[in-house]
Parts: sequence; structure tokens; C-alpha cells
Amino acid sequence: MKNLERRIIAGHGVPLRGDAIDTDQIMPARYMTDITFDKMGEHLFYDARHHKTDSLKKHPLNEPKYDSATIMVVQKNFGCGSSREHAPQSILRAGFKAIIGESFAEIFAGNCKALGIPTVCLSNTNIDNILTLVESTPNMELIIDLENKKLIIDNQELDIDIQDERQKAFLKGTWDELAILKENEQKINNTIKNLPYFNGFK
Amino acid sequence: MAERTLYNKIWDKHQVKKLESGLTQVLIGLHILHEVTSPQAFAMVRENNATVAFPKRTFATLDHVIPTDNIKRPFADCQAELMAKTLEKNCQEFGITYFGPKTGKQGVIHIVMPEQGLIQPGMTIACGDSHTSTHGAFGSLAFGIGSTEVRNVLETQTLALSPLKVRHLVINGELRAGVTAKDVILKIISCLGVKGGLGYAYEYDGTTIENMSMDQRMTICNMSIEGGARIGYINPDKKTYEYLKGREYAPDMKIFEKAQKYWDFIKSDPDAVYDDQYFLDAATIAPMVTWGINPAQAIGISDRLPKLSDLHGDDKKAAEEAYSYMQLQPGDPIEGTPINVAFIGSCTNGRINDLREAANILKGRKVSDKLRLVIVVPGSQEIKKQAEAESLDKIFQAAGAEWREPGCSMCLAMNPDKLIGNEISASSSNRNFKGRQGSPDGRTLLMSAGMVAATTIEGKVTDVRKYL
Repeated sequence: MKNLERRIIAGHGVPLRGDAIDTDQIMPARYMTDITFDKMGEHLFYDARHHKTDSLKKHPLNEPKYDSATIMVVQKNFGCGSSREHAPQSILRAGFKAIIGESFAEIFAGNCKALGIPTVCLSNTNIDNILTLVESTPNMELIIDLENKKLIIDNQELDIDIQDERQKAFLKGTWDELAILKENEQKINNTIKNLPYFNGFK
Repeated sequence: MAERTLYNKIWDKHQVKKLESGLTQVLIGLHILHEVTSPQAFAMVRENNATVAFPKRTFATLDHVIPTDNIKRPFADCQAELMAKTLEKNCQEFGITYFGPKTGKQGVIHIVMPEQGLIQPGMTIACGDSHTSTHGAFGSLAFGIGSTEVRNVLETQTLALSPLKVRHLVINGELRAGVTAKDVILKIISCLGVKGGLGYAYEYDGTTIENMSMDQRMTICNMSIEGGARIGYINPDKKTYEYLKGREYAPDMKIFEKAQKYWDFIKSDPDAVYDDQYFLDAATIAPMVTWGINPAQAIGISDRLPKLSDLHGDDKKAAEEAYSYMQLQPGDPIEGTPINVAFIGSCTNGRINDLREAANILKGRKVSDKLRLVIVVPGSQEIKKQAEAESLDKIFQAAGAEWREPGCSMCLAMNPDKLIGNEISASSSNRNFKGRQGSPDGRTLLMSAGMVAATTIEGKVTDVRKYL
């Protein structure tokens, strides 16, 4: 059995500056014509990372100093726009375990949760500091302590914000809810009984 | 928290169980699917040796990858063909109704499903597509989900959710001539910002909304997600009920009254409590155009692009990035900006009223010969038929525009309809993100269908009111 619990996530960060980085940027639509997610890791931020000739642009994800990063550090409203799960799938498949930022678009954060990737919020000032720290010292370790809602970096303990429900799901390893949802068949049927439109308005 | 709103009532009715995590298991009344976000979910269902729990509450169509010029099978793009085939196979194997091109009911999913009468008040509706918010126009709770959640709905017809707050957006007054639902929602997003709606469902209310047709209401709810709100809705009323009457999957007349009782029940109470309110005077809204790389970067057609010195903090940073990408200058007028391509269509503005609006402008006129491509893409096969019955296709063709087959087309350019290089397009779609229309440095100006039409005549951004 894989251990699904997410208590402590530690690793190096990669700074991705910019607000409202949408899922079209994370995963350009033209790479979504695959019927599986298998190859999505290859296309992560493709257009932001590549010139039309496929040569590399200047982008943190192209810099060798961030090669070991497993935590993305982002700013506001990250993952807005399209609901495409291709975006978090590409992040997961490129080896990332968590994303910390000022705020996240909801569908995106939900998709990340369903894949076991915590999206964790910090204040504007703290994110600014972390971005600067990670840029100056790429091998600086970030430790996300989901149980105590803390981020430890450079001997500082910073408060993190995560929805209680999501925190619990990560701690218990129940972020993929399918099994839990399947337990309640009787209750589903009861709800259906009380919904006029499920019963032809009889 | 909000109380006695439509949101609260539908949520309560669909609660299955409060889960240990604190999330609530919520029943989904209608699950709609398209080819891009469903194949992975079906693969997971198969991997689990599971099946689709409620195939009769599940409907599908083909829209994102379908070409709009030649829909003969196999499609020229073999990946598109594979996606279509996979969807067809999945629907067939699991007993799901599929509105494919041969049924005459195919089109953009958020246009087809209301058209068929499937979208009804008081429902919860999910789809692996963020513009599912469109269906809130009927007084339902409709929202986008990812493919893993699509799997959850396929297998259990439920999702684990946390409740949203509810913002009451009250828009009163009469719209000025040439101002449409698209302008209203762009105005709202430009005021509240692209993340203003995070954590909220938007309830649109007020006389302006009451006076809108269902088509226009769908345009409003459709773009809720561009303002960060996963759900947008409008309380159902007579117009909603009239729209539904006689549609194939709507309750038939024998039970319509009973259905109406439920629909009346789920409306927000007059004394409903909201988490937040926002007021807008419709008479102050002008035709809107976006100038940047997110839908909040929008101004009235007569306004000038914001000066960086007038902006602060995040807005300033976002504007700098936008100006550099769009190659536009702060302080310049938006009117007169030359364009290369025009697109009329999408789940935002590909309905019959949008096509009429555009045809009305183009009637007896010509699109500028400076444009490389002007395409009109009806939202569905039924809309195409209706438009042709009204000879709108003739108007577009006589003007020099191409009349295409239905699909998502250049809204996200997963099919062959794409910008080339850094072309700039006038588009009636919903997203002006970098690279959205198929070229990594392509540029998009969002506006209403009428505004796009007027803009094609001059080959540069034009005030639709000149041609009314």
C-alpha cells in the first residue's frame, strides 16, 4: 500500500513569479489532445519555457539551479481559468509535491487536492520573502508542516493557511475521496428520494 | 454565512452526508461530458472495475476538438479523431446519451444542454469544464470540476465539496443601445477583479437581469468563473419556465406545474441573507473591450488604456505584463486598434441572439479586406439550422465572413482554427489569456458579438453604436 498521508512535505522551491497564472499557461490547450495524462509532465508551462523554435526561454523551470525543486512558490490566484486537470497532472508528473502561494483558483486547488498535492496559502509578505530566499539560495529547504499549519524556512516558522477539510484529508490520506463517497450508497438513495426531479416530479 | 438563498436551498436538498473530513458529500443531478476531460475519467472507472452509476443522468457531446470547416470522418487531425472515437465508445459502452454530429443536436456543450431542456432550475450540475457556470442562468448550481472528480461523479453521482459564500450582485436599470449582457459581465469583472469571486457563488439580480433573455442570462453566468466565482446563478422566473416548455428533456406539460412548484421553492427568499452585496447601475455601462491578458483588463470603447501612473500594486504589475505582451501603449484609445482576425462564437456568445446581433451589424456591409480570417461559428447544429432559416448565413457570407460548423473553435483553438504568430483577434469568447487562441504569442480582444461585427467592417476596434 502506498502511504497516502501528507504530514510533512520538505524540499527545495522554485519561484514562479506573477499573479493570475492561468491553466492555459500551465498547460497550453494544444497538448491536451492526448486521451491520457501520461505525457503531461513534458508540457508543463511549455510556451512560457520555449521559443517557437523549441529553444529554451529564460524561465525558472529551465534553470539548472532549480532542478531539485519539488515545491512551487507562486503568488496570487494561481491556476485560474480552465478547469483542466491536465495542469495539476503536469505539475505532479514533473515531480512537484506541493504548491505554496498567496491564493489559488478554486477548481485548480480542488484538482490538486484530488491528486494529493497540497496548495498552501501564506501572506503577501511571507511569500515575497520566500521568493527572495529561494531565488538567492535555491537549495534552501522548505518544510511544510500540515499538521501544525507551519512553514519552516531559514529557521523561521511561518503560519500557513489551508482549508480545515483539506488539511484533514491530507493528514488522514483521504484526499482521493472516491472510496469514502462509495460508502454511502444508502444515503445517496435517500437524498434521491427527496428530490422531485430525480423522480419525474411524481 | 448566507441563508435562504437559492444556493442554500439547493445545497440542502442535495446533501448526502457530512463527511469526517468536514467536506459535504453532495448529489449531482446532471453530469455532462465532453471529449477533452472525460477519457481519463473513464479510464479510471475501468481501472477500478467500476461502472457509471447513473448513465441516464449523464449526457455528452463533442465540441472542443471538432473542426468547423470539414467534419467528415475521420477528422484530418488524428488526435481529434481519437478523442471523438474514445468519447463515442465510452458513451456506447456505459449507456450514456451522446449528442454527436449525426444527431443534429451536437454543439458547444454549454449551448447544447440547455437547448435540449436538460438544464433545469433546482439542479446540481457538474462538468469537466469551467464554463459549466453558464447553467446557473436557469437557477441551478452548476460548476466545473477536474477529471478525477468526473470519475467520482461517474462512479457515485456525488462529489465532496465545501460550501461557498454567496454574493448578491444587483444590477438595475436599462442598458443603453448597443450594450449587451457581455458588456455587463465584463464591467462586473473589471470592477471586482479576476479573483474577486474566489470563495463565492454569484447571485445576479435586479431589473437589468430580469429583463434579459435566457440567452443573455447564460452569457452573464458563463463568465462568472472569469471573475473567480465557480458558480453564478439567476433565480428562475417566467422566462425560465417559458424557455423550458416543449424542449425534449424538459418535464412535459402533464407534470410541468409540479416541476414549477419545486422550481418556485428553490428561489432565494425575499429576506434571504447574503455574505456580501454589490450594486451596479446598468445605464453607466458602455460597450466593453479587453486590452490585456485577463478578462478584468477591460474598458469602455470610448476610454483610453489605463496609464501606469494611475495604477497601483498588483494592478500595475499586471498591466505592465499585459502591455508588454499585447504591444499596446498606455494612454492610447482602444478604439481604432487594428486587428487581423475575428471570431464570433463560443459558449459565451455563440447563441442565436448573438448571431442575430452580429448579422444585424453586417447586413449589407463588407468585412475589411485587411483581415486574414473572419469566422462565424454557430454554437450548435440547432442554432446553425435556425440561423440558416433566418438567412443569417447569407448575410455573413455576403459580408465576406466564413460560416462554419458548430464547436468551441477559436475560443481555445484545440481544433484547426488558430491565430498565427502575434496576430490580434476581436473575439466574442471568454478568455484573453496569453496564447489562448492557439498561437503562443497570439493576442485577443474580448467583446460582444455585435462589437466584433462592427470591428470587422473597419478592420480595427470599432464602436458598435456607429452601425446600429
